[in-house]
Amino acid sequence: MKLLEVEKLRVRFETADGPVHAVNGLSFSLEKGETLGIVGESGSGKSQTALAIMGLLADNARLRGSIRFRGQELTRLKRNAMNRIRGDRIAMIFQDPQSSLNAHLTIERQMTEVLEHHRGMPRRAARKRAVEMLEAVQIPDAARRIRRYPHEFSGGMRQRVMIAMALLCRPDLLIADEPTTALDVTVQAQILRLLRDLQREFGMAILLITHDLGVVAALSDRVQVMYAGRLCESAPADVLFQRPLHPYSRGLLASMPRLDGPPGEPLRTIPGTPPTLFGQPSGCPFAPRCPERLPRCEETPPAPLEKDEGHRVACHLLEEEQ
Amino acid sequence: MTTPTEGRSLWRDALERLRRNRAAVAAALLLLLIGLLVAFGPSLSPWEFDQIDWDHISAPPSLATGHWFGTDGVGRDLFVRTLQGGRISLLVGLAATLVSLIIGIAWGATAGYLGGRIDGLMMRIVDILYAMPFMFFVILLMVFFGRNILLIFVAIGAINWLDMARIVRGQTLVLKQKPFIEAAVASGSTTPRIVARHVVPNLLGVVAVYVTLTIPQVILVESFLSFLGLGVQEPATSWGALVNEGAQEMESAPWSLLFPAAFLAATLFCFNFIGDGLRDALDPRDRR
Repeated sequence: MKLLEVEKLRVRFETADGPVHAVNGLSFSLEKGETLGIVGESGSGKSQTALAIMGLLADNARLRGSIRFRGQELTRLKRNAMNRIRGDRIAMIFQDPQSSLNAHLTIERQMTEVLEHHRGMPRRAARKRAVEMLEAVQIPDAARRIRRYPHEFSGGMRQRVMIAMALLCRPDLLIADEPTTALDVTVQAQILRLLRDLQREFGMAILLITHDLGVVAALSDRVQVMYAGRLCESAPADVLFQRPLHPYSRGLLASMPRLDGPPGEPLRTIPGTPPTLFGQPSGCPFAPRCPERLPRCEETPPAPLEKDEGHRVACHLLEEEQ
Repeated sequence: MTTPTEGRSLWRDALERLRRNRAAVAAALLLLLIGLLVAFGPSLSPWEFDQIDWDHISAPPSLATGHWFGTDGVGRDLFVRTLQGGRISLLVGLAATLVSLIIGIAWGATAGYLGGRIDGLMMRIVDILYAMPFMFFVILLMVFFGRNILLIFVAIGAINWLDMARIVRGQTLVLKQKPFIEAAVASGSTTPRIVARHVVPNLLGVVAVYVTLTIPQVILVESFLSFLGLGVQEPATSWGALVNEGAQEMESAPWSLLFPAAFLAATLFCFNFIGDGLRDALDPRDRR
């Protein structure tokens, strides 16, 4: 049994200006202990996918499709049942560690709360576990610093605290939504290394959401590229980086600045902007920006196709080749 | 340099900043002085608040007679009466504010956090209560339950929590969007727990400021009620009642107006200065 199976997920927001289609028929799955990186631009639906799994979608969101976690359908769970899963079996870390911690409570209060709630641990035992977890995320002098308030930690340290909080109950799945975006590059590298080590230690699966291909390369087993709420390409990380098939993935990789390129070379971009998500495009959503589009790209949306073992691509060009 | 063991909470930082605000510190000290005087002052004087001194009726302030603030039209010592009235005024101020604080926070935080239809319903109830004329409400209570100092607390608190609920709800709506609330939901916390543990503590800053502004407002309302004859009953008194009596004799016996009015005004100023200082101290933009 797969740890997480998402099938034909659709998320639509009812807004005053009409429905916004944030996620459109996305399917993917995650094995135990695996790391899946979801990459895409702002508005590609990657964060909404994460929120849908956690049951944290905004009130005006309509969700369709299925999300199964260890065989259990999450989309139909009542709030109470969901509260038993999230924070315990599925945990999440957020982009901004500054505002994701409650400024008025000590780290200790915030951490022990999770254990008291999910495990019914007495305060003292919860405190001991929390200190151990802070040590696991390499916060020096954890036993003393646990009594401090969030604003007394640096950004990188706060993200470590967030990670420690997320791992308190040893979740099977950790959803990391842009975990390093708010941090500087050197701290980023430390946090990524820490996540990798912790994954090895605790054996959890990670769903890593980012727009930074470097972060994905550092951590992921598999990568999934999204555009306008749809899957473009899904492949093992090394395959995607060496042999991207979808024109959008190729464009993304080409626009990464390289140190070994000729000096003075202008940065590459993908011309155009992502489509608005009001209404559904008739064809492939990437077609207007695609350098290799075919006439039928604007008429029918491409279906994901299994190109090689574990390499799925949604593009008419590849149907051509077959 | 050694690092201190205990963390410094935002509250301690705010208190630190408040201590640097001279107006607020002076106001707090003066308020403390008034509080002590009101609590222990009456026992310093040889007179009782309802004792009539037939030899000195409408007597001016004098050290020789022991009537340090003079006496009123029926010969009662004004020093003791002013402090006695202060007890009632401050008590009403604090108790009614506490009542409105508890109801207002619970109501506003619940409505704001749950949102949607429940929010609409709860806030419409507030609107309806708002539309009820306050005096009518008070007179009604007096008729049903008789005149009672407790009822004054209830009546004033019952009106004031409406403002508090609106303020708290507005703040809760802002807080609800903050990532740490989302993080709390993501960690599986239940709704009551989130409201109690995460929303309310973050509200206290705004609430503290509002409280310091509510207390003088309540004292004024009580004065107004006493002025209309709906407040405290003779021989008990309050600053409002004393000012009312004093105002009628202010040409023949100005001291009977001046002393209670000075205490009332000083107290109101103190609370306002402290409120101002607190607001500055808790302002996150000023966080160093």
